[in-house]
Amino acid sequence: MNFETVLPLAPWVVFFPVLGIFLNLLFGKRLGEKGIGVIASLAAALSFGVAALLALGLAGHPEGGTYPFLRWLAVGDFTADWNFRVDTLSVTMMLVVAGVGTLIHIYSIGYMHADVRHNGDPGRFRRFFVFLNLFVAAMMILVSADNFLMLFVGWEGVGLCSYLLIGFWFEKGAGGIANAQAAKKAFVVNRIGDFGLLIAIFLIFYNFGSLDFDTVFAQAPQVATVLPGVILAITLFMLLGVTGKSAQLPLYVWLPDAMAGPTPVSALIHAATMVTAGVYLVARSQALYQQVALAQDVVMWVGAATAFFAATIAVGQYDIKKVLAYSTISQLGFMVTAVGMGAAVAGMFHLVTHAFFKALLFLGAGSVILGMEHGHERAAAHGSHAEGHHTTFDPQDMRNMGGLRQKMPVTFWVYLIGALALAGIAPLSGFFSKDEILADASLHHPPVYFVLTAAAFLTAFYVARQLAMVFFGKPRSEAAAGAKESPAVVTVPLIILAGLAAAGGLLNFPTTHWLEKWLEHSLYGVEPAKFILSVALISLVVALGGLLVGWLIYGRKPLEDARQADPLARPLNGLFLALENKWWVDELYQALVVKPYLRLAQFLAQPVDQGVIDGLVNGVGNLMRATAQSWRRVQNGFVRSYALTILLGVVLVVTYLVLR
Amino acid sequence: MPMSYYLILSAAMFAIGALGVVLRRNPLVVFMSLELMFNAANLVFVAFSAYHQILDGDLFVFFVMTTAAAEVAVGLALMVAIFRAKRTIDLDEMSTLKG
Repeated sequence: MNFETVLPLAPWVVFFPVLGIFLNLLFGKRLGEKGIGVIASLAAALSFGVAALLALGLAGHPEGGTYPFLRWLAVGDFTADWNFRVDTLSVTMMLVVAGVGTLIHIYSIGYMHADVRHNGDPGRFRRFFVFLNLFVAAMMILVSADNFLMLFVGWEGVGLCSYLLIGFWFEKGAGGIANAQAAKKAFVVNRIGDFGLLIAIFLIFYNFGSLDFDTVFAQAPQVATVLPGVILAITLFMLLGVTGKSAQLPLYVWLPDAMAGPTPVSALIHAATMVTAGVYLVARSQALYQQVALAQDVVMWVGAATAFFAATIAVGQYDIKKVLAYSTISQLGFMVTAVGMGAAVAGMFHLVTHAFFKALLFLGAGSVILGMEHGHERAAAHGSHAEGHHTTFDPQDMRNMGGLRQKMPVTFWVYLIGALALAGIAPLSGFFSKDEILADASLHHPPVYFVLTAAAFLTAFYVARQLAMVFFGKPRSEAAAGAKESPAVVTVPLIILAGLAAAGGLLNFPTTHWLEKWLEHSLYGVEPAKFILSVALISLVVALGGLLVGWLIYGRKPLEDARQADPLARPLNGLFLALENKWWVDELYQALVVKPYLRLAQFLAQPVDQGVIDGLVNGVGNLMRATAQSWRRVQNGFVRSYALTILLGVVLVVTYLVLR
Repeated sequence: MPMSYYLILSAAMFAIGALGVVLRRNPLVVFMSLELMFNAANLVFVAFSAYHQILDGDLFVFFVMTTAAAEVAVGLALMVAIFRAKRTIDLDEMSTLKG
């Protein structure tokens, strides 16, 4: 396919989802759930079709190009245009976003049908799909941007969608406020990151005089020789934005709470696509990062520390989605490490495979939750009261599950594939992408390699724990005993994703390296990846070891009762308590940041605002009133005294004129 | 007769008129005092007109008299309206604008 003929299609990756939004807003009520779901899914699918056409066009013209769509800003010499950048990197992101997005749209038709009824407001079905399409549109703007300003628009757009969808059931959650608070937390923490990105963009504008990718990246080497500190500042402030959006230390705290959103949202936004925006940004800005080794090291260590830290927390969680959330943070840490090391291809490879298997895992978890809710409702309908904690039943708590292998066979098998891919078992996709990162680390940064290997071991361990707790053993609640397989609209996308998660490794298979040859046209300074057999074997052994240890602890002697303590709680004692409580990071932030901030706000509100500022404003008013009080005596209402005043005035004027 | 006589008489009339306007509470008397002030001015006009042998001053006097007549007509109409509303035309009673 000729590149020049498909290039003008580029804006349609954004237009189709936007069209879907308008159609659903205008006619959604009349169309009913089927129509809404079909329109929204079709919008995402058409967007994917356009991305696929662009990819076909790029196959014969891998240098890519930009499609000038609109002049946006023109101030003096500075211009920022609404140009669509079509190169191998952006099209790869488009394919992932629209492809995984389409599957999740289809899945949501089934999932939200049950969810809106379970939560008692079927009217929100349409709203969900409008938000989902809005997210796809914003994400497409982000990845197809040709300058930092347009990228920032998409960056904020996906942040807004994330906020809206985390708080989708804003009146639900603990105390009727927990979901709204989770949404607010995500927004505020992301704002801190966005502040960093904004400063980086300002610095780029100030020092380069342009925000266009090509101009900035071309000038980067000269600027780096003259002003190395500036590039360092830009990259580090950008890193702050990355830690916010991609949930890295120290700003990762919003992502676990974001699980308050409906499960398809967790899969699409908080696992597969939006959180990878930070990885994409660093990959895109390799030309800047490779100028300063220090910034690269910082990015790398932030990623590695996050990968290990989040993996430890995932070990101690009981909520099926929280485990996956910390796993996502950990895997994002792998990607950030990779792009920090300059191994951008490996990072992008892991991004793509992770999108497949983590979306699969989240959607599988959603299917499990649907089954649990179904079983719970059936148990409640039969008037059973065998369980003491019946009223506060949590369908996401893995302690309430068990034995779902027989009840939900399709979900079990696809979940198993996703879990093994996450653990890094050959020949599933996660093995190849993780191995490429580990191989690169072992060559250039041995300490990072050890940290990542430890994280990989923990990954396999918590995967085994989760599998054992959810699918094996005996049902530990009536809900689990009464669970039933989800409908086809839910399971079919799962099966497709399972296929992708299993075969995704072919994308950059060690002998062909398709992805590398594809991406080297748009990534800066790509080094050919090396396949190191020893590293691959070690990582495989580590993954199998993690699975084995997990199986020995959780699978051989499954939990008997939902209230039974975790088998690790006794041997690890205080350590497990720390893991269960997420190392008390939230409490630490509460004490170190939120509390002092609130106290400062209180101080500014009470003494400063109500005392000083109100005092000034009221003081001016009171002064006016006092002055007026003394002067009002002049207006005594006697006509004759007014006449006298006029007379005296005339006399004065005349006297002045005469004596002048 | 010397010019100064006219001017002194005029000044005396003006002062009496002004005092009347300021001191009296009956609006009719105030109007009469106003007329006195007008006529003081008219007297000066006429005196200077004769002194300089030009007619400009006389011309002005006619204007002043016409205007004064119109003004008194309006003023009396106001007084009637005020009397209907307040049953009094004492100037000191008209103090609604007292601050």
